[in-house]
Amino acid sequence: MTAITKDNRLDETLVTESLSRATLDVFGTMLGVDAVAGPRYTEKQPAHPSHGLVSLIGMAGAWVGTGGISCSAELACKLSSRFLMTEYESVNDDVLDAMGELTNMIIGNFKNEVEEHVGSLGLSIPTVIFGRNFVARSTAENEWIAVPFECEGETMVVKVCLSPQSNRPVVRGHAPPPYMVD
Amino acid sequence: MPLDVLIVDDSAAIRKILQRVLAQTDVPINRVLEAGDGREALNLLRTEKINLVLSDINMPNMDGLQFLTEVRANDEWKSLPVLMITTEGSQAKVMEAVQLGATGYVRKPFTAEQIKEKLATLHF
Repeated sequence: MTAITKDNRLDETLVTESLSRATLDVFGTMLGVDAVAGPRYTEKQPAHPSHGLVSLIGMAGAWVGTGGISCSAELACKLSSRFLMTEYESVNDDVLDAMGELTNMIIGNFKNEVEEHVGSLGLSIPTVIFGRNFVARSTAENEWIAVPFECEGETMVVKVCLSPQSNRPVVRGHAPPPYMVD
Repeated sequence: MPLDVLIVDDSAAIRKILQRVLAQTDVPINRVLEAGDGREALNLLRTEKINLVLSDINMPNMDGLQFLTEVRANDEWKSLPVLMITTEGSQAKVMEAVQLGATGYVRKPFTAEQIKEKLATLHF
């Protein structure tokens, strides 16, 4: 398998398999939960739920992008309850922190695998968003690769968008600082 | 002699899990202190007697490798056991931690047994 395609994207099968391995490892080791990966899909804009939880973590190096997970509040509570061995009936700071750490481990392990192909990547601190009726938007040009996982009777989506740094779009309306000009 | 342990991780969830794991080990524990980043951990080391540190790498303010560098630069803490517990799994990162003086390295996700096995090698 060629890890990087001719149009400078990560091979989708490689990404899918790596995300699946990372997710199932975290679920099995830290949560004791069985999860089943569904078929991957790609999307230009991440289909964030209109309500629920989204947890995102940035990656940066020769390639840049974002990885994250999204699920309902109910699933977040179930997973956090397993993770911390404490019952959570509603989303609170503990649940947000737990989901941030699960994202850190899943995307962190994905990062460890793809670094073989794209070089060293730094990982940001996770950001977790919870609410109702929200819309998220990404300025990334490349598509998101998403893998849904069925667990505890619900679906959690793990997704990533990663592209070479030279492909980053220029933010319109701002002149680049002098040091960025070739 | 029961140990005074310092857990350094920006995730409260991981700190809670590691507290639970420590309570399950055969290693006698006197108390467990927590820090959310390397800077907070250094402040605690300056005021508390600590026998063992469990530290993440990716943290805000001061990361685990910077923290480790500061610890090993201080004569008082040169022999302090510091076990890194982190998602960073590349060979390069492990080598860097070892060269900076990490006593051991455990990758996340981890099982309680993996932590216990690592602690057993420290011969408390």
